[in-house]
Order: sequence, then C-alpha cells, then structure tokens
Amino acid sequence: MIHTVNKSPFERNSLDSCLRLSIKGAPILFLEDGVLAVTSGTSISDKVANAQRDHPIFVLGPDLQARGIAEGDVAEGITIIDYGEFVDLVVEHGTVQSWL
Amino acid sequence: MSEEIEYDTAGITKKFMYVNRKAPYGTIYALEVLEAVLISAAFEQHACIVFVDDGVFQIKKGQDTQSVNMKNFSKTYGIIAMEKEDADEDEDMDMVWRIIVERESMESRGLCAEDFVIDVEVIPSAELAVIMSEQEIVISG
Amino acid sequence: MKFGILVNEGPFTHQASDTAYHFVSAAIEKGHQVMRVFFYYDGVNNANKLSAPQADDRDLVKLWGKLATQHNVDLVVCIAAALRRGIIEENLADGFRISGLGQLTEVGIAADRLVVFGD
Repeated sequence: MIHTVNKSPFERNSLDSCLRLSIKGAPILFLEDGVLAVTSGTSISDKVANAQRDHPIFVLGPDLQARGIAEGDVAEGITIIDYGEFVDLVVEHGTVQSWL
Repeated sequence: MSEEIEYDTAGITKKFMYVNRKAPYGTIYALEVLEAVLISAAFEQHACIVFVDDGVFQIKKGQDTQSVNMKNFSKTYGIIAMEKEDADEDEDMDMVWRIIVERESMESRGLCAEDFVIDVEVIPSAELAVIMSEQEIVISG
Repeated sequence: MKFGILVNEGPFTHQASDTAYHFVSAAIEKGHQVMRVFFYYDGVNNANKLSAPQADDRDLVKLWGKLATQHNVDLVVCIAAALRRGIIEENLADGFRISGLGQLTEVGIAADRLVVFGD
C-alpha cells in the first residue's frame, strides 16, 4: 500500500490520521497542498522527521515548484518525484490510500 | 455520448474499503459514499466500511435534519448492516463485509458503541492499520 | 498495468482534477492502460461543456475530452451525482458518457490499481 496526503498539515488532520493508520514501511507521498509538510524548520518538521523513521517519504516536485518551495528547503531524506515516478510508485506498491 | 463500456468481472472477488472521515451534512461525501457502498453490494465483493475521524458522526443516533431541511440518511446505514448480515448467513455467498469504527476517533469525540445506529466493530488504530494495509481498493470520500 | 481513476472534485475549485489528469497522462506515456476515469461528487462538473475558463488558462473539460478521443480513455460521469449538479446530455462535453455508480465498482474489480483524487 502507498499512502498519499494532499492537504496541508496546517489545515487538516489528514497527515495525523495517515500516520496513525499506516503500517511501518508503507511509503507516503505528499502532493498538492500536502507538500507544505516537507519543508524544514516548521512546527511539524519533527513530526515528519519521526515519520521518516518508519516510512519512505516522497513529495511531488511540480507541486513544490508551484508553491515556490525550493528543493533546498525540503527536509533531508525526502525524495522529490515527478508524475511519471508517482505512477511508478503506484505500480510498485499496490493499493493507494488517499488521505483527503 | 460515447458507447457503454463494460468490463468482465465474473469470478473476481476483491477487498474493497470505503473510508469515511467526514461528518454528515457539512459536506455531501457521507451520503455519496453510502450510495457507492449500496451499489457495490450487487457485485458481491468483500468490503470494509470504515468510520474514522469525524466520519464516526455519520452513524450517530438521533439525527434530526428537519430544521436544516436536508435529507436524513442515517437510517440507510441499516441497509448496510442488513447486507452484512445476509452475507454472514449465506454460506453460498463468498462476501465478507465488516463495519468498523476506529476506537481513537470514537473516544476522542466523546462517543461509544451504543451511540451508533448500527452494530459496529470498534477497533484500535494499530489493528485497523493492519486491516487497511490488506485492502485492494480504497475509496476515500 | 491497468488503472482505474476516481475524480471527486470539479475543475478549478480544487487541484484534484488537474492532478488526476497529469497522473493519467503520465500513465499513458509509460504504456499503461487507463481503463476508466470515473467522475463522482463534484467531479461530474469536469464534464460540463459550458465551462469557459479564461483564455490564458488550461481548459480542463477539453483536456479530459482529448484524452478520450486520442487515447480511448473511458470517461464516465455518475448519473446520480450528475443529476444533482445539473449535468445532463444536453450540456455533456465531448468524450464523456453518463452511467451508473456500478461502473465505479466494476473498474475497481477489473483494474490492477484504483487511484482516488479529491479534496
């Protein structure tokens, strides 16, 4: 299973619910407003850093660019991907659970 | 309009999960997911109908929508419960339906199992995470 | 691999339709088959031919329609959700068809992956 989070963690509880209900090892992809979760130095950076211990974390590059977030601002260890790689992740990891 | 396209699904049984996270009436997601669940019964697939976060309010007893002039669809969850009972009792039907409430979502909102219009399995998040990881199709409303 | 796609939101108000469109385009480019895109809830508004975005903006209704005609993607609008929102044959955009909610369950069963885009 792969989990996607498309809403900002500052706006919704989707990230919290995703972390609570995803098993260790399941990848998480941030996209759309969800990309606001991946920058360093925010009030939720620690939460995401903790999540990285249990989950490979990905972020959709086009959504970062749209929101003016530079690659250098993305927390270490988070992989930036494009739409094609999003497709590849879904092919590889099976069922998609979208946390809206 | 384009022609109808149908896919052959005979002999295939998959595990569907419907994840309900929103309260009823503030948005339409609760009602339209419910309609999707009811239609899916005809396909005799496995299904977990899961209530998480504010979704637990969808099945709360005592909904009175008269003053807001919206359709009160809470009784319709009784049909889901009946579909589940039929599936449980019919030995010829390979269809397992579960109706699940996440314990943490329920308790943090001050609710308990007796507050719901249907019988549910109350499952803690760690166990529910495992159940979720086993599903093949997840429909999020 | 065979994909089914569920789009929960209409064009412009949410990014869901855009993201779904980019995902589907990427999947097709990689040689996968997109069996069906099912439009539900406000997603049915992606099929409204009366949509007239600004000239310098993307036209999602037409972009989806092109996927249908160029790549044979089955674009299905849920009849119940469509009726609620005033999408009928008379204002249905090219490439779309109106059908029942069972078509969502059907593609869930028939496809290898179902991906949901919403709010």
